[in-house]
Amino acid sequence: MSASDVLVQPRFALSSNLKQGLYRILAAALLCVVLSRLSGAFMTQANILNVLRQTALLFLMASGLTLVILTAGLDLSVGANIGLSACLAASVIKMSDSALLGTATGIGCGMLVGLANGVLVTALRIPSFIATYGMMWMLTGITYFYMAGETIHGFPPAFRQLGIGYWLGIPMPIYVMLLFLTIGTFFAQRTVWGQEVYAIGANPVAARLSGVPVPSRLVLVYTVSGAMAGLASLIILARINSAQGDIGEDLTLPAIAAVLVGGTSLFGGSGTVIGTLIGALILTLVLNGMNLLQINASWQPLVTGVIVLLAVWISTRTRQTNE
Amino acid sequence: MSEAAAMTVITRVPGVAFALMLLCTVFALTSAGFVTPTNVANILVQSTILLLLALPMTLIIMTEGLDLSMGAVLTFASISLAIVVISTGSFALALLAAVAVGLCFGFANGILVSILDIPPFIATLGTLGIAQGLSLLATDGQSVVGIPRSIDRIYSGALAGIPLPIVIATLAYGATHVLLYHTRFGAYISALGGNREALKIAGISVRGTLILVYLFGGLMAGFAALLMTARLNSAHPTAGIGMEFDAIAAVAVGGTSFEHGNGWLFGTLLGVLAVGVLRNGLNLLAVPSSAQVASIGALVIIALFIDGLRRGQ
Repeated sequence: MSASDVLVQPRFALSSNLKQGLYRILAAALLCVVLSRLSGAFMTQANILNVLRQTALLFLMASGLTLVILTAGLDLSVGANIGLSACLAASVIKMSDSALLGTATGIGCGMLVGLANGVLVTALRIPSFIATYGMMWMLTGITYFYMAGETIHGFPPAFRQLGIGYWLGIPMPIYVMLLFLTIGTFFAQRTVWGQEVYAIGANPVAARLSGVPVPSRLVLVYTVSGAMAGLASLIILARINSAQGDIGEDLTLPAIAAVLVGGTSLFGGSGTVIGTLIGALILTLVLNGMNLLQINASWQPLVTGVIVLLAVWISTRTRQTNE
Repeated sequence: MSEAAAMTVITRVPGVAFALMLLCTVFALTSAGFVTPTNVANILVQSTILLLLALPMTLIIMTEGLDLSMGAVLTFASISLAIVVISTGSFALALLAAVAVGLCFGFANGILVSILDIPPFIATLGTLGIAQGLSLLATDGQSVVGIPRSIDRIYSGALAGIPLPIVIATLAYGATHVLLYHTRFGAYISALGGNREALKIAGISVRGTLILVYLFGGLMAGFAALLMTARLNSAHPTAGIGMEFDAIAAVAVGGTSFEHGNGWLFGTLLGVLAVGVLRNGLNLLAVPSSAQVASIGALVIIALFIDGLRRGQ
């Protein structure tokens, strides 16, 4: 490694990521080829749009989480946060009949939860995986308590456009995804705040000594992660047209898997937002393929678990070789 | 008792014991059925399953680790036990199956954490997914019923007037106490959390110790599966989900720190009772189980907050 590499590496962390990213795109392409061979239903317009819509949703859940993991933290409350935000948004839409108010509630609830996570992690110095784990159970409990086994369904058509609408033949969630991919990438790569997020993940002590306001940046990334969970909850709500207490269940593990498969290191400081998009695509392809091949849905948590372990193992090995 | 150990007791006892006393007082005042011999016995018996999980969880957290897979492993062990006992009719084989499942997952967790260097919370999150998937696959999402009465008696039976679950839990507590405080292995566990480098320099196998700690967790999950199956008289693919959270809550409330490996086994026992009293009291007040989960979440965050304040001093 030459001196110029050392200088460039921490700033954009793109050169090595580019190679890693190409491998992942190749893997996704390979998956597509294999799946189209195995199942005639794969290469149909309906299924491709379905895969893209799923990828968009998974990406939105995982994009904020990517920033958290870049700081060497973790947010285990993503799924439970989606559950509570969706249920609150649903009941506000029902009560006020205003899609706008519901949208604000969903994103606001997600943000507040994220803010609470940020405070627990920074002000109270609780390790992030345990703070967000406690938060996850608290939110799950509150959601079930609030819903009391009820289902809220039937939302105004204007709101439902967010989940099932099309523009120029392309599903709405994909536009939302592209918007946040652009914002996220610009934030992470081209702003001082984004660079500070990388710096915190790479070496928190060095970051603090060089003047990065570590606590306020951490609070920011957890709040963003919460807000993205809130946004994702709205898209789910608009798509399935109903809200139940268990709506966010089983979403955390796939979101974490998307980030890790996308090449963001669990140890912080390296990874990209666009990598998470590729990770989300790969995971969606695997799960979609299992559906098309009519493999029992019970295999899904197992396969997701194995994928998480493999992704972390690879990133751990890469880190050790680099050292 | 060394001075440091004495200080630990002085600074920790009030916290968890105070919480326990406060909970007992509140429930005694608000619920007529709380302070009755039957209910107190109930709390003790119901807490045994949690204790079996919280004991190894204390050791695991002392190594700066975590086992999120415990509830899912407990569930899969319970399902294996039920399936084996129904198909073979042999109690011994069924217990063997449950313990084997626990040990396999404990071993897998240990390998992932120690040899492959994967952070414990993510390694065990992965194995949680695997155990949950296996439970669903083995049962197709249905309950396993038709378990013979011999299993049922493990939970409802008594030995010399003492309920069997309490006998089992006492043995488990005693064994863990000896393991942690009177063996070299226990000393290594304490050192692992606070002073990993020193352990390496002393030539102790850090990896071996870690694998044994997670194996112990799996073993206890296997025994807990026996108690849970006997209690429910069935096995269900979601029966034990979230039990690891109660266990982590008990350990956190009991004053074991998530950093630097300061652990305290008796605190965990009090923490288990606090969680047990909280759940029982809320049950008597007819609070839905969803709100119970939320209150235990709040309990953990409060305990960690106090832990954080202590560290701050």
